[in-house]
Amino acid sequence: MARYVMEFERPLAELEDKLAELSRLDMAALPELGAEIADLEREVEQLRETLYSALSPWEKVQVSRHPDRPKTVDYLEALFTDVVELCGDRAFGDDQAIVTALATIGEHRVMVIGHRKGRTTKENVARNFGSPHPEGFRKAERAMRTAAKFGLPVVTFLDTAGAAPGLEDEERGQAWAIAQCLATLSDLPVPVVVVGIGEGGSGGALAIGFGDRLIMLENAYYSVISPEMCAVILYKDAARAPESASALALTPDDLVRLGIADEIVPEPLGGAHRDPARVIADVGLRVESALASLAAVDPGDLTERRYERLRAIGVFSEESK
Amino acid sequence: MPINDWFRQRESRKYTVSTGTAADGLPDGVWRKCPDCGKTLYQGEVAKALSVCPHCGYHFELIARDRIEALVDEGSFGETDAGVGSVDPLRFAAAKPYSESLEKARATTGLSEAAVTGRAAIGGQAVAVGALDFRFIGASMGSAVGEKITRVFELALAERRGVVLVIASGGARMQEGMLSLMQMAKTAAAAERLARAGLPYVAVLVDPTYGGVTASFTALADVTFAEPGAHVGFAGPRLVEQTIRRSLPKGFQTAESLVDHGMVDEVVARGDLRDRVSTVLGYLMPPVAGGDA
Ligand SMILES: [Zn+2]
Repeated sequence: MARYVMEFERPLAELEDKLAELSRLDMAALPELGAEIADLEREVEQLRETLYSALSPWEKVQVSRHPDRPKTVDYLEALFTDVVELCGDRAFGDDQAIVTALATIGEHRVMVIGHRKGRTTKENVARNFGSPHPEGFRKAERAMRTAAKFGLPVVTFLDTAGAAPGLEDEERGQAWAIAQCLATLSDLPVPVVVVGIGEGGSGGALAIGFGDRLIMLENAYYSVISPEMCAVILYKDAARAPESASALALTPDDLVRLGIADEIVPEPLGGAHRDPARVIADVGLRVESALASLAAVDPGDLTERRYERLRAIGVFSEESK
Repeated sequence: MPINDWFRQRESRKYTVSTGTAADGLPDGVWRKCPDCGKTLYQGEVAKALSVCPHCGYHFELIARDRIEALVDEGSFGETDAGVGSVDPLRFAAAKPYSESLEKARATTGLSEAAVTGRAAIGGQAVAVGALDFRFIGASMGSAVGEKITRVFELALAERRGVVLVIASGGARMQEGMLSLMQMAKTAAAAERLARAGLPYVAVLVDPTYGGVTASFTALADVTFAEPGAHVGFAGPRLVEQTIRRSLPKGFQTAESLVDHGMVDEVVARGDLRDRVSTVLGYLMPPVAGGDA
């Protein structure tokens, strides 16, 4: 099966392919090749190190979109037991782009809400590539209210390029659906732990994307606008996305610096898809630890603290008048 | 220019509140063309009619202060937080530097930011009001706009006032990155607190209102009015068109179609706005013990 190669990986992929080709040769017949192969192996290792150890913001965005990257469903399957999926917004339909489920992690019974990208093309078409329609946000909001009613903490997984921008999405009130999520989430009297696992595209991510703790994977991003769309607005050229990705301050490091994210989950060299099990397990431990530390907080204090946390975000000047 | 210098300069720049003056600030006596019916109109005549075309009812853009003056009881407006302004927290320098855009917007509008806020009375009822000025970087919401809108809700909560906002915006301000996106959550949280306290919030949507501003505090009002012909949505029409790969239906995302689709309560002409908002507040405002505005 042809593997997926990200644009910036191409030089490395070529060397790796060459190496694989050489290793298929009959070495007994070609003893003089041994040293060359060893050299090439060292070169590949070195290139891998330099290429992956300091990814640019735009390269991180590409890693966050890698098709083999672990998705919400992978976390749900690996970390949670006794999963009961809740379907539908009780008004229009069941949007496959968002999953909501009762689930148990360690000793915590929680409500999971996540953007749901597909693993295959067919799944992705059914799930609109993880871009929710209004009914998806209304389903999420329904799940939030159920969680509040029964005192279940909420754990969300962010992985969306953004809310769906179709004609019917507009007609069914996309903006209203997102806004209601924001309002409900802001005042939810249960702990809310958010994990940015891949793409964090604008309002569609934010709708389930803030709470009492924000954990970001090293190569996840969270942005006010996609780098491509930003480049189109700024330069009328989507190809200049690398520049806008740098300007937008969308990496986990930026988010910690701006007081938005709390912790960063390191990924294996090259990205989470190189060792999904390890990354998923690490996320599980961090979610459990966040839930444990929030469990003791009084619900009134929880919403008050969440408000203060939001209240503190922003940089502006003020002169008395 | 350093912020402090700019503020000093702003002091010396007299800004006049002039009810009914058109957005472009042209002096009376200038002719302007109505983009809808094409008739050439005398500026003074347009200004007297709250910048509404006397022939076809087209609503010209209004600056934020004029929006407020047209909405509240005469002389009741007292501005708050006028000193809140934007900085350039990310040193956003792609294409045009953000600091330059800010400087230009301040010079053109005489405002420190796109939001103008304060206390006022509408039909004698105490309100906290705000209006967004589209001339200021498309009235996009960054930290300062988010802060000012949040403070409107907090002021209303503290003083038991209703909130009335006149909203136009291109959305979240991308030059402040995630700080802007988070203002959506911040303003929505403030609106939710007001709602929990049983105090009313009336939104008036004007042309155009999009993106993160629609999808946050705007869409959380108890009662929503829109000016005739105002375009309101989440995704911009061009993006929607690219997504569906066919042309958009006539009237897409207009105030009138938003009423049809259940997102807006009523299309209200500018001249009727004060009365309609006042009537709504009469229903929704909690009784005040010996209250005054
Ligand atoms: Zn006209």
